[in-house]
Formats: sequence, structure tokens, C-alpha cells
Amino acid sequence: MARDTAPRAKNGYRHQYAIFAFMVALFLVLPYVIYPVFLMQALCFALFACAFNLLIGYTGLVSFGHAMFLGAAGYISAHAAKVWGLPPELAILAGTAASAALGLVVGLLAIRRQGIYFAMITLALAQMIFFFSLQAKFTGGEDGIQSVPRGVMFGILNLQDMMTMYFVVLAIFLAGFLLICRVIHSPFGQVLKAIRENEPRAISLGYNVHQYKLIAFVLSAALSGLAGGTKAIVFQLASLTDVHWTMSGEVVLMTLLGGMGTLFGPVVGAFIVIAMQNYLAQLGSWVTIAQGVVFVICVLAFRRGIVGELGRFLKKPL
Amino acid sequence: MRGVKSVKALGLAAAVALAAGTAQAQVSDGVIKIGVLTDMSSLYTDLAGAGSVVAAKMAVEDFGAAAKGMKVEIVSADHQNKPDVGSAIARQWYDADKVDVIVDVPNSGVALAVNEVTREKNKVFLVSGAASSALTGDKCSPNTIHWTYDTWALANGTGRAIVKTGGDTWFFITADYAFGHQLEADTSAVVKEMGGKVLGAVRAPLNTPDFSSFLLQAQASKAKIVGLANAGGDTVNSIKQASEFGIVKGGQNLAGLLVFLTDVHSLGLPVAQGLIFTEAWYWDMNDANRAFAAKFAPQDKGIHPTMIHAGVYSAVTHYLKAIEQAKNDTDGKAVVAKMKSMPTDDKLFGKGTIRADGRHIHDMYLFEVKKPDESKKPWDYYKLRATIPAAEAFRPVDKGNCPLTKS
Repeated sequence: MARDTAPRAKNGYRHQYAIFAFMVALFLVLPYVIYPVFLMQALCFALFACAFNLLIGYTGLVSFGHAMFLGAAGYISAHAAKVWGLPPELAILAGTAASAALGLVVGLLAIRRQGIYFAMITLALAQMIFFFSLQAKFTGGEDGIQSVPRGVMFGILNLQDMMTMYFVVLAIFLAGFLLICRVIHSPFGQVLKAIRENEPRAISLGYNVHQYKLIAFVLSAALSGLAGGTKAIVFQLASLTDVHWTMSGEVVLMTLLGGMGTLFGPVVGAFIVIAMQNYLAQLGSWVTIAQGVVFVICVLAFRRGIVGELGRFLKKPL
Repeated sequence: MRGVKSVKALGLAAAVALAAGTAQAQVSDGVIKIGVLTDMSSLYTDLAGAGSVVAAKMAVEDFGAAAKGMKVEIVSADHQNKPDVGSAIARQWYDADKVDVIVDVPNSGVALAVNEVTREKNKVFLVSGAASSALTGDKCSPNTIHWTYDTWALANGTGRAIVKTGGDTWFFITADYAFGHQLEADTSAVVKEMGGKVLGAVRAPLNTPDFSSFLLQAQASKAKIVGLANAGGDTVNSIKQASEFGIVKGGQNLAGLLVFLTDVHSLGLPVAQGLIFTEAWYWDMNDANRAFAAKFAPQDKGIHPTMIHAGVYSAVTHYLKAIEQAKNDTDGKAVVAKMKSMPTDDKLFGKGTIRADGRHIHDMYLFEVKKPDESKKPWDYYKLRATIPAAEAFRPVDKGNCPLTKS
């Protein structure tokens, strides 16, 4: 079974195409079966978790402040759509660009340290963004920015229509997902994995590790921003929930549950966590307890996450 | 073709028969579905939470819906204090689950989100738990009625009544974010208008565990009243620490701007005694309220009803009355218009009205927390200091900037 340990072999990834096709087909059918707003929310979080996974799973950087990128982009997109009156595509892009810029600044500061210090720096900066969002006038404090217009995308797609909105979200998610796939399987992605496995060795091989980490960080921030901006347009609001540190924790839960360092894991994890939040809402206080129990079981029983364990069972990287 | 025609004719005949025959047939799918969207797991669980579901159920029972041939169902969910979760649930309820009305929704951020969804879907939103006066201000909606209280009423009631009863010098401890600033600004405007003086204010960070330096400043200011422009855990913490610093024993009084019965219960009388604040309803004020509390408490872990629970009861009662008269629950705007046109009257809030901007108008009350030796029975916490008549209790309709009131 030498091939499993040699993922460089091109055909080692062929099954991923099949899974991807299956996933796309599933997402095309699901809105006719399941309530689309729930799916849109799950897709936004799936993209967020995938972006987070790019850092934690493929570069080995544990950020504990990713909520700042999701939330900041949400605020910028909501503000752009509501106050500046930009069409949704530009509003989302504005949010994404803002998060990328924020990612550049945070990344420059944070990647100088490793491990717990890296996590703490990101957490501290995220708290600063939270504080800013709480105080700044344009964010509306704890009320958030409400009644953001969905508008008309590219001048033809009326997003008021639920199905149109769904397919736009799906397209954005798939674009983000494919970009992440491309990055992971590129030579650049191989270097990231090398850094994850053994940073000193990557340095000794002559790679400028800082630069690679920074690019990965900015990419992850931008994609998180894409998710946050889309979410703001879908729900027509941007609120403090998305910049709160518990959101940074939730994305860790999604990624770990689904499978860190797997391609499809974060998607599965995000769907499970969001489904729990939505469909268990009737259970009241049991939602948070259920989340905690799931997390504990995941860490104790299947540490590679659902997709990670499945991949190990099938002896194929998923 | 003949088949299609006859089916169409049959359908038409059936529709006519239904419309003419039974009056209740207009109610969508024959069931009035009430969705209680509340906080089941976090800081508002006790003051709203499961109790709000109990209150809604009691309202349906007392209204005698079953005897009147109205089928009423109640569903509930936890919005986890997240506006996106709340708005997703609201959308799903309206779109897929055929919910006709959403009630309660503590947490202003979530309530404002549900306000917009309800407007978009043309359903009905009855707010009891949320505080934001924007719901009847610039965010007001023809589909929303704000029942129990709002920040303006609390600031105004507390400020006005305290200055009237001699508390004319104030010092504020303010939670340092928009909500706190707003409460402080509203209250100090009233205090000044009544001829009182604001000696100073200090901004405390949100969720700070340590109020000692702020309390020392309040003590040093020698103001008669220390106003707590904060909410939730901050209020509880600042009251606890004020008790440790002997603020009340030293002759100053604490004025809470957002305090609920359950907060007082968890603080305990030795700590909370002397605290003054405004509420819309108290269970031990008259026999009707006591009877309600006696029936309510066993169903909600012994918690006695707060004004939010009473508000849910009162709002649902009035909603059912309007449906009974209008015989239609599908057009949210029409139902709310009907509710506004009818005077409100129920055993808990008595007689009242609903203004054009969606504000329910009733008396508010200024309470003081009893000393431990004055309390005769469990949950016996408040003594009435003043009644704020309905006409003065709420923001004048022309000051709210609500688009519905401009024609």
C-alpha cells in the first residue's frame, strides 16, 4: 500500500473528483428537500470552516481569532449594501477585501510566534475587533446592522427570490472550495504541508517560511471574509455574534468534528454543527450541552474527525 | 378537458361552501400557530425562557380557544441570543412550519432581526422580552406590537419618579457600549428635566468583574442616587459589589435601569435591598396577579412570573381576541391593525391601548426592593413606590420618529 503514503501520485486523488461531483449533485437537489435558508447558513459556515482548515489542517497554524474575519467582512458587506447602496456582488467583494487586508495586518503580527502564542495573539486581536464592533457607530452596537437589502446581483439575479439566493450562495461556496482544493494540491500547498510537518526542515530546504505562512493566512482570512460577507447578505444582518470569540471556537469545533486536514471534513462538520443549532433549538438549553458532548466524544473516540476516520478506513485521503 | 373543468368547478363550489359555511375556515390551514422564540439556555432563561411558553399556554387555555372552536398550537425554540439563528428560525417558522405569530424574543438584536423578517413575510410579531425602543421608533413596523416595556419607559419612569420622591442628585455607572450610553443619556435627560442634577458618570467596561473603582467614585460623588445604566450580569455584579461597599447602608440608593424579578431573586434580599427600578407588572399587586402566579410558578420550576411572562400572556390574549373578531390570521398587517383598533383588556395588564406605532400603553410602576425583615413569604420582594400613569409612561408618539405615524 505504498501509494497511500505517496499522495504525490496524481491518480491518488482521482476519487476526490467523484466525491466532489457527488457533493455538487447533492447540493443541487437538497434545496428541494430541506429548507433553503438553513442550507445557505450551513454553506456559509462550511466555507468558513474550509478556510479555517486551510490554516489549521494544512499549515498547522491554530488561529483562535478567525471570527474577526467572518464578522468584520459581515459588517463591511452589510454597510456597503445598506449605506453605500452597492450591489450585492460588490458588497461581498468589499467585505472580502477588508478581511484580506485585516488578515495581512494580523498575519504580519501573529506569524512571528508559534503554537499557543500564535493562538493567543490572534485571540487578542480578535477581541480588539470585537471591542471595535461594539463601540463603533456604524456597526450599531449590540443591535447590529439590520435590514440589509439583498439587492440584485450582476443586475439580473434578484436575490429576494429564495432559490436564486441559494444558488448564488452555492456558487460562491463552490468557488471558494475549489480555490482551496487548488491551493492544497499546488506546489505552494505542498510547501505548506511541509511547514506543518517540520518547520525547521522546511527552512533548511531554503523556503521562506514566513512568507508562505503569511500568504496562507491572508488567503484563509479572505475566504473567511467571503463567507462572512455572503452570510450578511443572506440573513440581511451583521451582528456581534459573528465577531464574538465563541464563533472562533465554533469553527474549531466544526473543523475538528468533520476532520482536520481533510478536504471535505469541514463541510461535514459545519453541516452537523449548524443542524444541531437549528434543529435542536426546540430542546432549549440542551443545544449547548449536546454540542459539548459531541465535542468530547469526537476528541475521545475519533480524533481524526468523521471524514478523517472514514478516510483512514478507506485508506484514501478525503 | 372535461375532467379538468369539472375538478375546477368542484373546487370552486367547495371554496364557496367553505367561505359561506364555517366562519373559522379563514384561519390558515385551520390552526393558529404561535411561535415562542426565546432564550432557553443563557442569561434570559429565567426572566423569559420556558416561562414565556407557560404564559402563552395559559393565555390560550384561559381564552377558551378550544371551546370557541379555534385550534391553537404553540411551538417554541431557543434563539441562543444569536440574531442569525433567531432570524433563521423565524424564516423557517413562517415559510415552512406555518407559524402565524412570534412572541417574546428577549435580546434586542434578535428582536430587531425578527421584526424585519416578520415585516417581509407579513406575519405578526408580539414583543415582550426585548427592550429596544427602536422597535416602535425608526424601526417600527405595521406587523409588530411592543407590549411590555422599553428602554425609554424604564429610563423615564425610574428617572422621573425618583427625582419626584426626593432623589435629585445622580451619579451613573454606565456599561461602556451603545446600549449603556443610551440608557444613561435618556435617564439624565429626564433627571435634568425634572430639576435634578447629574453629578457625574463613569464608564465601566462591558462584563467587567470588578466594579470597585467605579463604586468608590460613586460613593465619593455623594449623589443620593447611583444609577446603574447596565444590564444582565453587569447589573447583578455591580449590585453585589455595591452591597459589599455599603453604598445603600451609607445612605445612597441604587437605581437599576434594567432589573427583573428573577435578578432580585438570584441576588437575594440582603444584597438587593433598597434597589429602585421601574417595571410594568408585579405578581403580588392584586388578587388576579397572585392567582396567575400561583398557577404559573409550579409549571416553571417555582419561578414566579416576571413582567415579561405577564406581557406574553396579555399579548397572546389580545391577539386571540383580534383573530376571533377578524376571523382571519393570514394577513399579518390586518391582524395588527385590528389589534390596534381594539382596546386591550385582560386580567393582568387591565385596560390599555395600542398606539399607531405599535406601542402598547399601560401604567408602569416604580418599585423598591424590600428589606429582608419586611419580606413575609417566598418571592415577596417589592414594595410599590409610585405609579407612573399610562399617559406619562411611554415616549410620546411624535418623538419616536416612527414612519407609521407620519402621513
